Amino acid sequence: MAQIFHPATNVIAKATIFGGLFLLAFVCYVAAGVERSPWITHEGMYREQPVPFSHEHHVGGLGIDCRYCHTSVETSPFAGIPATKVCMTCHSRLWTNAALLEPVRESWNLNKPIAWTRVHDLPDYVYFNHSIHVAKGVGCATCHGRVDRMPLMMQAHSLRMEWCLDCHRNPEKYVRPKEKVFDMAYEPPGGREQTALGEKLVQQYHIRKEQLTNCAVCHR
Amino acid sequence: MSDDGHYKPEEAATIFPDGKLARPLVVGTVPRGGRTVTDTIYAVTAPTTAPAASFPFPLDRAGLERGKQQYEIFCAVCHGATGDGNGMIVRRGFPHPPSYYLDRLRKAPPGHFYDVITHGQGAMYSYGDRIVPEDRWRIVGYIRALQLGDPKNDGLATTPPEQRK
Repeated sequence: MAQIFHPATNVIAKATIFGGLFLLAFVCYVAAGVERSPWITHEGMYREQPVPFSHEHHVGGLGIDCRYCHTSVETSPFAGIPATKVCMTCHSRLWTNAALLEPVRESWNLNKPIAWTRVHDLPDYVYFNHSIHVAKGVGCATCHGRVDRMPLMMQAHSLRMEWCLDCHRNPEKYVRPKEKVFDMAYEPPGGREQTALGEKLVQQYHIRKEQLTNCAVCHR
Repeated sequence: MSDDGHYKPEEAATIFPDGKLARPLVVGTVPRGGRTVTDTIYAVTAPTTAPAASFPFPLDRAGLERGKQQYEIFCAVCHGATGDGNGMIVRRGFPHPPSYYLDRLRKAPPGHFYDVITHGQGAMYSYGDRIVPEDRWRIVGYIRALQLGDPKNDGLATTPPEQRK
């Protein structure tokens, strides 16, 4: 009986097996890339808002403290979206005819909240508490980026679990002195200096590193 | 899975007729564990009573520092870091508040400032929903410290004539 397969088909067989492996690896690689891309994480994406509120103007330009509007950041899990009244504290007298602010005035007059679009939305199975982070020396800008330079609010980081863990495993890489937590312009000292400062602060603020990666810290 | 449908703070909620998840406080309620309304700390806020002539609790250094911090967050934007009324928002066109160094404000009882923080006055909205009562008193303490700090300042240089009185 004649050979069904010519010896040269061996090459094709080998190429198919190895090719399949390569193809599988390539698909995994692409999937991991897509999973981490802004398309999924929304990192670096600006969101349309009913009023194009500029943190760059209010924080960077006017120097208003974060806590003027986000009043509950030090005392509760949720930093707080300011009520329309907070906007009107100044805008009852300033830019009273500006068309951009019409939704604010309408909200005030009709006693209807402004429907802001949420920019940072963690999955519902994550427990997150602002107050503890702020109390232990995690700066606003560490997670939210240079908000004072954002004309529209943007998600500065991926908010992926690996991103959270990066700090929960090694908080000394990121903690800063408490009095600098709300300081947008604070520049952490680089490299070893940050590690030295961070290790000191971790001690001083009683950050219990060994507990920070327990599942139940964030998944309750 | 990442959105299991539970409400997060301040979300829109269809289960209430006004569409708001955050419920307004019922008039007359105080937080559990909070002070009751008969405490001086709340009672002085009743606008019909005379402003309190003294502080309801002693202010120590830590209290004043907290007052300074809260002042710089909420007040300095208009009243200025030194209390002369030249804050950033005023420089952008907001009506000029009177300087704290005016004679009448140096003589005003602490309860006056507390009442103004709590209820607002003139162009100033109330801050009663943003600053807790204890911190309002600490801010008043810090305003007193500012007033002591510059005895030669009569406040006239920075206050528009109609607000001098």
